[in-house]
Amino acid sequence: MKAIIKRELSNYFSSPIGYVVLVIFYLFSGLFFNSYNLVAQNTSMSSLFSSIVNLLGFLVPVLTMRLMSEEKKQRTDQLLLTSPVSLPGLVLGKLLSCYIVYVLMCSITLVYAVIMSSFGSPDWPVVISQFVGLLLLGLALTAIGMFISSLTESQIIAVVGTYAIILLVTIISSIAQIVPNATVAAILNAIALFQRYNSFSYGLLDFSNIVYFLSVAAFFVYLTIRVFEKKRWS
Amino acid sequence: MIEVKHLTKKYGDKFALKDVSFTVEPGQVLGFLGPNGAGKSTTMNILTGYLSATEGQAIIGGHDILEEPMEAKRLIGYLPEQPPLYLDMTVKEYLEFVYELKKTTLPKQQHLKEVCDVVKITDVYGRIIKHLSKGYRQRVGLAQALIGNPDVLILDEPTVGLDPKQIIDIRNLIRGLAERHTVILSSHILPEVQAVCDRILVINKGQIVADGTPDNLSAQLSGDHKLMVRIEGPENDVAKLLSSLPNVISVKKLGKRDVGVYEYAVESRTGTDVRKEMFLRLADRRWPLLSSRSSELTLEDIFLQLVREGGHQ
Repeated sequence: MKAIIKRELSNYFSSPIGYVVLVIFYLFSGLFFNSYNLVAQNTSMSSLFSSIVNLLGFLVPVLTMRLMSEEKKQRTDQLLLTSPVSLPGLVLGKLLSCYIVYVLMCSITLVYAVIMSSFGSPDWPVVISQFVGLLLLGLALTAIGMFISSLTESQIIAVVGTYAIILLVTIISSIAQIVPNATVAAILNAIALFQRYNSFSYGLLDFSNIVYFLSVAAFFVYLTIRVFEKKRWS
Repeated sequence: MIEVKHLTKKYGDKFALKDVSFTVEPGQVLGFLGPNGAGKSTTMNILTGYLSATEGQAIIGGHDILEEPMEAKRLIGYLPEQPPLYLDMTVKEYLEFVYELKKTTLPKQQHLKEVCDVVKITDVYGRIIKHLSKGYRQRVGLAQALIGNPDVLILDEPTVGLDPKQIIDIRNLIRGLAERHTVILSSHILPEVQAVCDRILVINKGQIVADGTPDNLSAQLSGDHKLMVRIEGPENDVAKLLSSLPNVISVKKLGKRDVGVYEYAVESRTGTDVRKEMFLRLADRRWPLLSSRSSELTLEDIFLQLVREGGHQ
């Protein structure tokens, strides 16, 4: 698992992809921070955190797209799966390496909070809760992206597919509002990932939401493992 | 060292492997021979734990590949048909990655150096794999399989796509490795298997059709004695005379070799010799016998024969 994390991380930063994603995120989140907080002289970071989500929708699929698809295409999965590494270890290693880049990306918000503290006093408990929300959301999104990537040999399909799923869970709560059937609406609301995130961005650390994101991540890790097992048995 | 019991692999209704069983002793070099699509790669993929069999068992060094995958996989070095290389890494980075992936405990730098010396890739150690030629990539793939000094090496068509010199190099290399490892290699090229292996399994349509040493296989199948003769004389008359000889089963005209000279294949019953009688009769007619040689079946003939027989079943 350690070897896989190390290789994946070096892969992100030996190709332009890691830098491109980080730079885009830092640039735009910096712009948001500047206009929502510095220019507007506002210490509440809620608007910043909810705008960041739109960026993540674009950038997470780019981070996850080659995780599994490239292994399949280059047939290097044959090396990984015939090495003395367990399948869960392999999948978790992949997820973790991607997640480390994600955390690196999102940690810039803490820097913004520190910058802001020199001008005013940010509400630290709220900021921490917002940051925890971002971390949990990222875990779920990277797991989804990894799963989609394991379904295909093409990075393009992986990135577009993941983007489509993210788009779907973004708009699903508005669809739920116009669905007349209460049961269907409840189901739709249950998969509205970003709805759950919103409560974090207001500073609410809701235990059920924490469990929700962790279980989404676990579910997709499980599905990814199943994809490999199925391939083996088919 | 390797024990395969009643391996069957189905893709849908189609059998890729059908009740394949064999064992390989330590230190043996086993050649898997078969036409493309016969099930060689499937067998290897099952042995290495990449695929699972529909039925049956594969046991490596006493460990079932499904039940104790970690222990079994630790014993195997695998070179798949397409070497599993990360093209954007240097040879050094790649081999170090494989070293860690396999949780090798041998002293790292020394071990990697040894492996590189064995497959002769020391001079490209710092280069990016993407820029290497096919021959070098194949060798890096082989180096990968050797890392950790596994007891069993499984090599899927290790010489495919290489030039003749590289093929000879790799063959010598494999023969050298056989001193310390149990090797299974697959190929659809006969001379290769003949040159390297001390045991051959011929596999066709997912089933083992022959099993033995190269010599053994020749003897097993070249039961009937065949004589190739060149005779100067009218083709049809000579053929008629040859057919009339005692103990001759069949005569096949092989064509004109020179002005008035034709070649024939004369098949006779096992344990009989028709040469003396043939010479005397031809001399009577004043048709000179220019050459005569017996043809033992080459491995190539055997292979074609086996594969054809398999096709008729």
